[in-house]
Amino acid sequence: MAESLKSAVPVEAANGTGCWSCGDMRAAQFCCACGKVQPPRPVDYFAFFELPRKLHVDVAQLEQDFYELSRRLHPDLAARADQREQDWSLEQSSLLNDAYRTLKDPIRRTHYLLQLEGIQLEEQSKAATEKARAAGEIKKQVVPPDLLEEVFELNMQLEELRQMKKAGEDDPALIEEVGRQKLELEEKNEALLDELKKYWAEWDKLVGSGSAEERKKTLDQMVDALNRRNYIRNLVRDVNEVLDL
Amino acid sequence: MASDRVVGIDLGTTNSLVAFMHEESPVVIPGEDGSNLVPSVVALDERGQILVGNAARKYLIETPDRSIYSIKRLMGRGVEDIQEELKLFPFRLADDLQPGEVLRIKLGDKTFTPPEISALILRQLKRNAERFFNAPVTQAVITVPAYFNDAQRQATKDAGRIAGLDVLRLVNEPTAASLAYGLDKKQNGIIAVYDLGGGTFDISILKLHDGIFEVIATNGDTHLGGDDIDNLLIRIALDDIRGDLGLDLARNGEAVATIRKAVIEAKIALSSQASTKLDIELPGGKRYQREITREQFESLIRPVIDRTVGPSKQALKDAGLKPEQIDEVVLVGGSTRIPKVRALVEELFHRKPHTDLNPDEVVALGAAVQAKILAGGSHATENMLLLDVTPLSLGIEVAGGVTDKIILRNSTIPASATQYYTTQVDGQANVAIHVLQGERELAKDCRSLARFDLKGVPPMPAGMPRIEVKFLIDANGILHVSAREQRSGKEAEIEVQPSYGLTDEQVESMILDSFDYAEDDLRQRQLIEARNETQTILSALEKGRKSPAWGKLTSNEKKQIAKLENALNQVTTEDDYTAIRKAIDALNQGTMRLAELMMDGAVSTALKGKTMDEADEGEAPAAGHPVAKADFK
Repeated sequence: MAESLKSAVPVEAANGTGCWSCGDMRAAQFCCACGKVQPPRPVDYFAFFELPRKLHVDVAQLEQDFYELSRRLHPDLAARADQREQDWSLEQSSLLNDAYRTLKDPIRRTHYLLQLEGIQLEEQSKAATEKARAAGEIKKQVVPPDLLEEVFELNMQLEELRQMKKAGEDDPALIEEVGRQKLELEEKNEALLDELKKYWAEWDKLVGSGSAEERKKTLDQMVDALNRRNYIRNLVRDVNEVLDL
Repeated sequence: MASDRVVGIDLGTTNSLVAFMHEESPVVIPGEDGSNLVPSVVALDERGQILVGNAARKYLIETPDRSIYSIKRLMGRGVEDIQEELKLFPFRLADDLQPGEVLRIKLGDKTFTPPEISALILRQLKRNAERFFNAPVTQAVITVPAYFNDAQRQATKDAGRIAGLDVLRLVNEPTAASLAYGLDKKQNGIIAVYDLGGGTFDISILKLHDGIFEVIATNGDTHLGGDDIDNLLIRIALDDIRGDLGLDLARNGEAVATIRKAVIEAKIALSSQASTKLDIELPGGKRYQREITREQFESLIRPVIDRTVGPSKQALKDAGLKPEQIDEVVLVGGSTRIPKVRALVEELFHRKPHTDLNPDEVVALGAAVQAKILAGGSHATENMLLLDVTPLSLGIEVAGGVTDKIILRNSTIPASATQYYTTQVDGQANVAIHVLQGERELAKDCRSLARFDLKGVPPMPAGMPRIEVKFLIDANGILHVSAREQRSGKEAEIEVQPSYGLTDEQVESMILDSFDYAEDDLRQRQLIEARNETQTILSALEKGRKSPAWGKLTSNEKKQIAKLENALNQVTTEDDYTAIRKAIDALNQGTMRLAELMMDGAVSTALKGKTMDEADEGEAPAAGHPVAKADFK
């Protein structure tokens, strides 16, 4: 990690004035020369780890880098420093943890990239949900066409089970059937992850070379896959709720 | 070195301990009575004196209304949270408690908040450490249950401040235990720490990797522990007594305290024996006698210890691990001495737990390790770094009373999240934010942490302001909030109303009197030390006068020494230790040549080629002044 940090100086560091403590110009999160934690600069999570904005990430290497940076930035190491350095250390290490948490998880990583690319996927759906809630409605969700039939059936069954539960009744056969469908949904979700990975590969190839249209198309495909995945996940959650899992 | 004197404190429900890193291993500092454990009991004696620990314990039975135990259960809690506690524990709330006010508990004719009671325990531990070091102790690492929420953590930190301690870090108890374990083992792998103490249960799963202790998942119950087993046994005894002897003792504090003591003894006995006898003398001369077998005991406590199963499974699930993937299970907390608890752990994790550590001391020892790391570390702690997580999700109440989670549980801390807010009415100057902690969907089911009021939003049409609010959970697991209106760049003023807990001003006012005590204590000690030093230097001077070197001094020098000696004699009778120190220093300076002459003469051969420091090596004569050094030969 130390090597890569020396070789690849983030633009932000080069634009800065070097280490506040010793003036060394290689300072990013911490100074390569004197080890002092630097005041945080606004960088995205990829840049924080000096990664390109690509979706295939070597998670084992990411973990190594995370440990290395933790040994430099964690507030425990600044416990005796002055208040200013303690504050920087707190901010830098929270940024490190936020970045690592986001990038190590494939779905969060994809969401984050979309957000960086100006697609506020989560915020949009969140805003829509809030609006619907405020109006006292149930938010309408666009059912992915390939799921239409199954979902209709499953929702009926779930409603039936809810009613029965209220009445204190029980239908083991129906419960088993719903459980089976849940397993199928979980399998579909797995398949969606594979589909998503296909788009990752496309995206990674386009980084730095593809046209704006090509990039937009791949991003849209990812949004679509994530929406379907999200839909299925909510459905699984509903099933779990009804089945008390 | 003051920085080396950061102590580690385990502020437990039942017992508390203070430890420090002695060279390369952590050790517990015993109290004046020689005991490592300070019972977390506070009592008020007949003369209105506060007693803590073993000294307070006898009051539990003699005058239950003048003693308090298990105060940790009330830390950071509101009245509505503790209704169950009030049924089971003899806490007596202040009569004049206002709604929304921090709890106050009666102790004799006085009332105290839970942080103040805890501060009294901390102050005892601080004193024990100061007695041990013969120097002031002002910095500490204090452990808290991993599953403590923000309010409970804040209350613990407040207690530290009230006790005159700068709390450098709050460390989660199971994590602290893992540090003590890891210091020993130095092995990579996945461990689970199962911590069942007097009042709290925690389960933490950690990855140990070349000195990094990374918590992957944690879960628990802050109201589950040995106390619950005791209460179960007390209830059964009370029922028996009512049924068999026709006595209703539920409201007789003294009798309940006597029964409590007996059932705790029985519980402990049953960890090593197959059966034990309860034999309790009751008011009115009657006796309650009953034999309990371990089998009966185990079936009785099953519902209590089974409550650890859910959190344990959830932690495994959150960590994404199967029980087989855990390399070692470490037991912590006195309640893990119960064989049935050990069997349950074995069942849960499919392996025999590691029981080599002293479950009562390991948390304090780990806190001492963390204290050392914060103080700059040593060879033993080299490369050791703790990466802990927040146990509960942090959320914001959004429209419809729903919780919008912004930092999920088991996120490594420090962790942050940024949210954007705007206004709904033209010219709106305030925006209210309700911060929650918990896993439930609805705000009303989560723990209310605080209500923030963003004030001074610049007047703009509705929807125009863009207020950036940053939520940051620090390494102690405590939340910080800052806000900025982006269009104007103006820092918004935040008014925090903690839902539970003391305000800064309240804590400040509580510190003052204990601070005065601390100052007083310290002044007393420094005075004594300075007077001791006066004695040493004066007797050294006496010897110097008899030595051949004295004759080599000029009469002026002799006069000067006599003057300084008189001045020292004078101030030593007064109470100002700084004046005494100054006089000692002056005499030290004034006798410098005498010391040199003594060195030159009597001991020149022995000291040849040695510096003063080397000559002084080994046996340190009283403070480093030349006269004493010369005298040393």
